[in-house]
Amino acid sequence: MADVPENAPGNCPGSNSSEAGKGSACQGCPNQSLCASGAGSAASDPAIERIKEKMMSVKHKILILSGKGGVGKSTFSAHLAHGLAEDETKQVALLDVDICGPSIPKMMGLEGEQVHQSGSGWSPVYVEDNLGVMSVGFLLSSPDDAVIWRGPKKNGMIKQFLRDVDWGDLDYLIVDTPPGTSDEHLSVVQYLSAAHIDGAVIITTPQEVSLQDVRKEINFCRKVKLPIIGVVENMSGFICPKCKNESQIFPPTTGGAEKMCHDLKVPLLGKVPLDPRIGKSCDNGTSFLSEVPDSPSATAYRNIIQRIQEHCDMLLRENYQKQ
Amino acid sequence: MHCVLFLSDQGNLSSVRHIVLVLSGKGGVGKSTISTELALALRHSGKRVGILDVDLCGPSIPRMLSAQDKDVHQCDSGWVPVFVDQEKSISLMSIGFLLEKPDDAVVWRGPKKNALIKQFINDVAWGDLDFLIVDTPPGTSDEHISTVDSLRPFQPLGAILVTTPQAVSVGDVRRELTFCKKTGLRVIGIIENMSGFVCPHCSECTNIFSSGGGEELARHAEVPFLGCVPLDPQLSQSLEQGRDFIQEFPKSAAYPAINHITQQLLQQAEQQNS
Repeated sequence: MADVPENAPGNCPGSNSSEAGKGSACQGCPNQSLCASGAGSAASDPAIERIKEKMMSVKHKILILSGKGGVGKSTFSAHLAHGLAEDETKQVALLDVDICGPSIPKMMGLEGEQVHQSGSGWSPVYVEDNLGVMSVGFLLSSPDDAVIWRGPKKNGMIKQFLRDVDWGDLDYLIVDTPPGTSDEHLSVVQYLSAAHIDGAVIITTPQEVSLQDVRKEINFCRKVKLPIIGVVENMSGFICPKCKNESQIFPPTTGGAEKMCHDLKVPLLGKVPLDPRIGKSCDNGTSFLSEVPDSPSATAYRNIIQRIQEHCDMLLRENYQKQ
Repeated sequence: MHCVLFLSDQGNLSSVRHIVLVLSGKGGVGKSTISTELALALRHSGKRVGILDVDLCGPSIPRMLSAQDKDVHQCDSGWVPVFVDQEKSISLMSIGFLLEKPDDAVVWRGPKKNALIKQFINDVAWGDLDFLIVDTPPGTSDEHISTVDSLRPFQPLGAILVTTPQAVSVGDVRRELTFCKKTGLRVIGIIENMSGFVCPHCSECTNIFSSGGGEELARHAEVPFLGCVPLDPQLSQSLEQGRDFIQEFPKSAAYPAINHITQQLLQQAEQQNS
């Protein structure tokens, strides 16, 4: 089936087939209405082209992924954004596509903020002059509001976030995702397919129950041809603040992220130990990196952020050379 | 009323006495852990228990019960669930059993997930069960809407909401409470998981993920608070190896908490009976 786009959902009947847009796999696919109308593979969702234009002014796009929930995707995204924005010459934006459980507004200290509409689209909410944030949390009227949406509505929201937000010129766009390998993930990858994503950073915790979901996420990345920048092992050991002994709260019974990265041949970017002050910073909406700059966890974060920066710079140089 | 009886006579869930959903807006707070431990604890009080794992993109229960290598078989009335013990007192259905390779990613959009959930609810031959525990993925989206819709004719006992103590997690669980209200699902109560860690070296208790958030939320939302389960490396270790924590570590910190929650669940089920 040559007419199946490589980022199509599983069981895509192919955009030229008679079943195009009608199969069960087509429901919720952003291209469904086009396929059903018989437009064929030549015409994909016009939004993809619009998003590509919009993203011309964004140098680096990084996705934060994990198959497992609660491993620290949003915590890492928030601190990656803070860390990158410490360089005042860089413009950084953080987009939260976790539609049902948006944590970013709270972690960035922006709870209760609203999005403003301008002539060129929605304006992100700014933490610093060079750090903008967008999340579905800014569109809800109360913290009790639940977003009880099925896939297609979530996809529509993500499309709007990418197409209709006035991001301006950016050095980095960080996209924080919900757990899993479903609608939100397929949509982000599809909508950004023409715009080129630098790669994904995958977050895990050390125990096998988490790693087994993360292996699935790595397979997802390979399926949709999304490059992997590397893996971060979070909640890696806990040092008792009283006796300074280390405990493995989430024991790496199968060798942790280190062995998984070795087996699957993906880089391990680093390990971040558990520190109660990280969770506290997130609850208070402050940056752990500036609150407790000398802690082992902050050092681990900084090293990882530096490796990501180096990776992005390398990609940029390679692109220049190609041109 | 007549209609409900008619429907439940038809389905495979007709001889399941109590259906309990385990929900949380937040991922990684211990939904699957609580589901597994509740099932084990109910088994130890002599109940027949089934677990339905509707987390399609990240099924964890098979490993937690050391059943990851087993297969699902077919019979006349549908799929035969996997029995995790010799006595056949815990049966389990999960997408984990349907994958060719354990690392296969299930890259499905909503409608496909919904179709499989309907099958899981209608076509599994559970047989005679005291409790069916339904473990869900995080969020308030396709899986949850489909599960609650398909289970409605069978009048579930209600939902147990799991949170960790920190504000970021409690915020997501507040949204889940709204989901329950909107879909007419009764809330059995809230569990605060990962509540404090007792250092095995010096016995100092550290609140790694803060403390008290779940209890406060329960008070605020006027729903029962079922209890706090502390962080316990023995518990994570048992789950990693798929061992029976309830049987092996009755002296550990998490044991009394799980037991207490189970007793409250049994009481509520008793009230539904009478």
